[in-house]
Amino acid sequence: MVPLHWYMVLSMIVFAIGVFGFLSRRNIIIVFMSIELMLNAVNINLIALSHYIQDLRGQILAFFVIAVAAAEAAIGLAIVIALFRNKATAHVDEVKEMQG
Amino acid sequence: MIQQLFFIYFAFAITGLSLLVVTRKNPVHSVLWMLLLFFHIASLYLFLNAEFMAAIQVIVYAGGILVLFLFVVLLMNIREELTISKFIGAAPTGFTFAVALLVVVLLSIRSFVAAPPGIYSIDLIKQETHTKVLGKLLYTEFLYPFEVASLILLVAIIGAIVLAKRRLKP
Repeated sequence: MVPLHWYMVLSMIVFAIGVFGFLSRRNIIIVFMSIELMLNAVNINLIALSHYIQDLRGQILAFFVIAVAAAEAAIGLAIVIALFRNKATAHVDEVKEMQG
Repeated sequence: MIQQLFFIYFAFAITGLSLLVVTRKNPVHSVLWMLLLFFHIASLYLFLNAEFMAAIQVIVYAGGILVLFLFVVLLMNIREELTISKFIGAAPTGFTFAVALLVVVLLSIRSFVAAPPGIYSIDLIKQETHTKVLGKLLYTEFLYPFEVASLILLVAIIGAIVLAKRRLKP
């Protein structure tokens, strides 16, 4: 039997990698993919916990996380396309209209 | 023993693949590594007796979201992408923050106490099949959140169309 802590450590490592990618990549599409990575880390944690404490609600929560991730990907990529059309760039450091 | 060996393989594969996803210069390579990563995560769900979640993971993430990402990646100029630096200037700060977050959360694992076990034991799930148990719970106790989720998807469809369409001439 695999201990629960292993799953939690794995999920946290993946989450930290996602945070790193989100904060330091230049390409906005990879920034979005880092968000998906973080959501997946949370899903691993939720499903592992739901298996180990024998409660199915964690999987329901993971189900909603997947639904929200799909919505977020659609909206985010639409924003990327609008950004392309207006500024012809996909780099987060070239978009600074709201920086003040 | 064999379970732990399999888990160790999947843990190292998932960690390595997610590192590849955030460090590749070519976005198409990143998307393709992410495809492999999602399949590994789906098989991790199979370990946890969550067959329906594994299927959803493959269908929604690998089949839906990644294809969307691939479409958008192919719109951009990859030749230009390969010539410039892939990290922004604040990358060391991001790395430090991620490592600090990892250390803090790993330290907090030691004080984790599991809740008392619920009623959905493995035997019950095996008896009723996973999808049926999940569907029953979803359509009774979580009916209202389910409707809210469908509303979120509707808003996402409309929002994506409004954001991505060309501006109409007045």
